[in-house]
Parts: sequence; C-alpha cells; structure tokens
Amino acid sequence: MKYIEEFRDGDLARRIATRIRAEARPERSYNLMEFCGGHTHAISRYGIKDLLPGNVNMIHGPGCPVCVLPIGRIDNAIELATSHSAIVCTYADTMRVPASNGLSLMKAKARGADIRMVYSATDALRIAQDNPAREVVFFAIGFETTTPPTAIIIRQAQALGLTNFTVFCNHVLTPAAITHILESPEVRELGIVPLDGFIGPAHVSTVIGSQPYEYFAEEYQRPVVIAGFEPLDVMQAILMLVRQLNEGRAEVENEFTRAVTREGNEKAKSLVADVFELRRSFEWRGLGEVPYSALRIKETYAAFDAERRFGIAYRSVADNKACECGAILRGVKKPTDCKVFGTVCTPENPIGSCMVSSEGACAAHYTYGRFKDIEVRAA
Amino acid sequence: MTKGRSDYVRPVDFKHGRVDMTHGGGGRAMAQLIEELFARAFSNEWLAQGNDNALFTVPAGRMVMATDSHVVSPLEFPGGDIGCLAVHGTINDVAMAGARPLYLAAGFILEEGFPLATLKRIVESMAAASREAGVPVITGDTKVVEQGKGDGLFITTTGIGVVPPGVEISGDRARAGDCILVSGTIGDHGVAIMSLRENLTFETTIRSDTAALHGLVAAMVDAVPTIRCLRDPTRGGLGTTLNEFARQSGVGMLIHESKIPVRAEVNAACEFLGLDPLYVANEGKLIAICPPEDADRLLGAMRTHPLGAGAAIIGEVVADAHGFVQMETSFGGRRVVDWLTGEQLPRIC
Repeated sequence: MKYIEEFRDGDLARRIATRIRAEARPERSYNLMEFCGGHTHAISRYGIKDLLPGNVNMIHGPGCPVCVLPIGRIDNAIELATSHSAIVCTYADTMRVPASNGLSLMKAKARGADIRMVYSATDALRIAQDNPAREVVFFAIGFETTTPPTAIIIRQAQALGLTNFTVFCNHVLTPAAITHILESPEVRELGIVPLDGFIGPAHVSTVIGSQPYEYFAEEYQRPVVIAGFEPLDVMQAILMLVRQLNEGRAEVENEFTRAVTREGNEKAKSLVADVFELRRSFEWRGLGEVPYSALRIKETYAAFDAERRFGIAYRSVADNKACECGAILRGVKKPTDCKVFGTVCTPENPIGSCMVSSEGACAAHYTYGRFKDIEVRAA
Repeated sequence: MTKGRSDYVRPVDFKHGRVDMTHGGGGRAMAQLIEELFARAFSNEWLAQGNDNALFTVPAGRMVMATDSHVVSPLEFPGGDIGCLAVHGTINDVAMAGARPLYLAAGFILEEGFPLATLKRIVESMAAASREAGVPVITGDTKVVEQGKGDGLFITTTGIGVVPPGVEISGDRARAGDCILVSGTIGDHGVAIMSLRENLTFETTIRSDTAALHGLVAAMVDAVPTIRCLRDPTRGGLGTTLNEFARQSGVGMLIHESKIPVRAEVNAACEFLGLDPLYVANEGKLIAICPPEDADRLLGAMRTHPLGAGAAIIGEVVADAHGFVQMETSFGGRRVVDWLTGEQLPRIC
C-alpha cells in the first residue's frame, strides 16, 4: 500500500532500534511520554516496546479524546436524548464510555434513546436536514483535529438556516493539557513521574503547527519531537529524543514534516477562531479542572449551541473508586497497577474510560500486550 | 352465456408488485407466490410434492446439521446477495465438519412492502447457487411481517450432510505444534459490504468472496484425512476464529503477520475505515489446522483447487494455558490478537 507500508517496514525498524540501543546511555534512563492515543495504539499494536532497550520507557499521556471526557458530560448527552428527546449524534467510541447509573450512550440507546453513531460531523448535519421535526444534537468531542470539522458544520447550519440543529461542544486543547501535566506536583515537586521528553501529537499538530510546543521546550526544558502515527515515525522520534537528551538539548523537532509545518493549517485555525472561544475552565477525566483547556461556541453562533438551547447544567461526577484512570492519564500509574485492570474492567465491560477506546492506555495494553504480564511457553 | 375463464389466475406482478400481508397469510396469494417463485426457482422432486416437509432416505454413517440466519445489509452487494450467501453460508458450516452437504431447508421472513422484483432476483440467485453447489433446497417456509418490523428480507437456511468414515474434525482438536492454514485472502466480503454502507460509500473493485467451500473441503479431506480443525472465518474474521479454536482446544496460537494473505485494496480500505483485516468477515475462506508433518501436503491440495489457490501456512499452535492468540507483527514486535470487542461492522452476513 503506497504511503503506508513505507512507514511499517520491519527492516528499517530494526535498524532504527539498533541505533537507539547504540546511542542510549546505559547509565541513565529515558522516560518519554507519548501524548497521543494514536501513538499509544501504534506502540502496542506493532509491539514497539519489544524493540526498545530496557532503559527507554514509554509513558502513556492523556491524548485520547474519549478517555478524558468526564462522566458528567456523558450524563449531559444522555439527558439530551432522554429528557429532551433529541437525536444525539456522536463518534463511535464515545458510545461506550461509562456514565452514571451504569449507563453509557450505547446502553441508553438500547433503552430507546435515539443516539446515532456518525463517521463524520457532516453526517450529523444531514440527519438534522432529514429530520426537520426533531431536535438534532451533535455531541462534539476531540482535540484540535476534530474541531475544524465542527466549526464547518456550525457555519453550514447557519448558512442553511437550520433551526433544529445544535452542537454540544466538548472540544479540548492539547497545549493546556501538557502544561497541566508539567505543572502537576507529581512531575514538578515529587518527582514521582520522571518525564524527560515528549513525543508530540501528529494530527493535532497538522492543525496547530509545531510552534505552540516551543514554549514547553523552552520553559520546562523538555524536548518535544512531533511524530506521525505510523510505527516508524514513533521509532524515529524516540531516536531523536534520545539524541536531544544525550546532547542536553530541549528543542521542538519535527519528525512529521510530511504533514506538519511550524504554523499549522491557517485556514483551519481561522475557522476555529471564528466559531469558538476559550472556556475559563473545563473538567478532564483524570486531570480534574484544567484552566483554559477547552472551547465553547461563541455568542455569534449561540443558536447552534446545545448548552444554551437546552440550558444544560454541568454536574461533576466522581470516577469509580477502584478506577485508576486518573493516575494513568497523568502518567503516574501503568494500566497493570490498577486493581480492576483485566478483571472487573475489560473492553467488554469498561469501568474506566481508558479501557474504552482502542487509543486508551488500558485498552491498548489489554488488547495487544497483556500476554507480556504472563509467562507464555513456546511449543 | 359467456364462458368464464375460471381457470385463469392473474400471475404475480414481479415487475411492480410488493410483498403484502396476504403473501404470508396462508391463503391463495401465499400459495401462488410459493408456486410461481420458490417452487419454480428451486424446482426439485421434493418441492414438487407440495408437502410441508421433505422426505428422503438417510445414508449410513454420521450426519451433521447446521443452521444460519442471514440478515445482511445491503441485500445485494458486489460479488453476491443475501440469497447466494444463505446457500453458501450453511453449506460451508456443514462442510467444516469435513462433510458432504446433502440438502438445505430455507425460511424466508419478508417485510410488507418489499419489492417482488428484488425478491425474485434474490431467490433466483439463491437457486442458482444451490444448483451450482449441487445441494438442493428441499423444503422451506415463508412469513410476512408488518412494515417496520423487518428489514426487507431475512433468510434462514438449515443444511445436513454426511461425514466420510475416519474423518474427525472439530474445533477442540488443535494440538501444540500443529500448523495453521488459510485458504486465501482475508477480509474481502466485509470490505465489499462496507463499501456500500450508508454514510460510508467508497469506490472499490473488491468483491465479496462468497462461495460454497464443500468442493475444496472434499479435496482437502481426501489428501489429508488427519485435518484436525476447519472453520470458515465469517463474522469476526480470522482473529475470532483462531480465538475460538484456542479456547475450544485449550492451546495458544502464534501467527505471522507477513504470511497472512490480504489484498492491497482491502488493506487500504481497512486503513481509512480504522478496521483490522484480521476481524473483517469472509464468506468463501476457511482456516485449517493439521499436524505439522501433513501441512505441506494439505497446502498443495488446497492450492490445486480454484477456491484455495491463494492458500498459505500462517502460523502454528503453541502450548499456552491462557489460550492467547499472538501475532508476530511485520514490524518485528509481538502482540495479542484478542477477541473482538463489541462489533467491527454491524450485520454483515
């Protein structure tokens, strides 16, 4: 497959692995956080850890859009479908995130709520056009990658003069989350989470560019290498981080030059700026309230804001006590440190959000890597 | 006095007509639909008797029986339709015991309002598939449900077959050291269906691989009577079938990504849909497990049959009390090929 297989070449991977092993100094460790769930997925799916030396540790970050969605927000979406009888449209994995009272969007659907899975934001708009007598709400989630499509459908809805279409906006911002992790007492003071560098987001960076990360590199003295989601991208980024750390550099480097520029996508950025504005604060699962970390719909487009239309009141709901998703999303714990991992909490019956999406740290480890926790005999 | 044409019955309007409740009501309309469509298409001595059952002589030995309900959407897709799929699916389930399929029974659930032209097309495709396979549909049933209570057409088929003496094929017989074979490229059917899904249409040249595999199975059993396990990886794909074998046999599996045949187009479609070809449905492929010393002979027998031309040895059975299916990735790492969580595609067979 053109443009795909080149980035999954096993021989090349082994050559990069040899370089990493040669250059990683045995006397120190390299603790690297991959921010994005896309990277987490690639690392697990392609068995990248098997190719790395023991002193290069990968720490999963909070960059899985479904994982960071707090229970209260899912509860709100279910209320829209039940109390307000709206058609609620959303992206696939969101359907399975556990909400209050043992519900999820999928379980609410089975109980009669009209909840529909869409592949694209424009599908939600079409559903609104096809159902003029019904309220249709697009439950918008995701980082900077999925924000421009939401901006576009809000503008299209306005151009079409739709009166039955609104967006329940839950878009969140990557840089704010990285700052929050770097500012957390676990990283800053206690040193519980050794964090030497970041593999920077792939798709998010195609939109926002590499420039926003320069601040972290400079202010917190942590190198950032922006990398694509293919396994060779990840391998190459690890090598680049090892080199930066060896040379005492803390710079933003771009491995994903085929898609990311320093400035990003100006058109997408201006669309987002036209439709959305910063929220003062937003609750993230695992990170708690994070200041200026999410977007809401501007007053100009108030007619398409589900929060205004339905007067949605947000109630914060605590996670299940046994669930360690919070600590896992902050990099403080590993999936296997959680008591319910693989026992009560499985992809079929997720307790926490990290077990839901294939990009979640727990689901990725359970699905692809859990045999490593158990001894397996060869034939 | 004018002579009334009392023997004239207006034929069923297969051009513009639609299924209505009378077609399942047990009256004249139903009898007429059965006669003009089903009996004519499937035409055989058992249906000609007009009974609610079919009488046949039981051969000596062991018999197998399998049933399969088909609810695929869309009903017609590149490379086939629900009709031929219903024939192939059940023949394959019977054949996977190493058996020679003998007869089929078919139940149709029609939704009120369903176009008779489409029904005719599908039934004729089903009859052609049954004739080609040499496995007649010898009894059947038709029901009509009100509009909104079905999805056009559901077909359930049941088949019986006879297992040759000495053949012992079952999902619980895999042993550490055995070889795992696949009869050809995986994921073709699922991707062909996906390409037509609402909201998802994309252009592709991929066709469903739907086919009756009993001829291939007969050739395989003939060449290697010691085959331990056979199964067609339909819903859930290769990954699911291997997990089923692992659980039934209490063993693990190790497969090699680079040896699994996947069409470039299927890989590409899976890539942008976010699917894993290991879990995409097939309707004309089988997985076989046999002792290592017989693997090359089995591979040779498969490759000489047109439906097994793309066969490959993809891995081996390993001792593992946890029953993990593992895969050596083409990238060089190793990972679990787990049970599918939820469903990758809704309703594909």
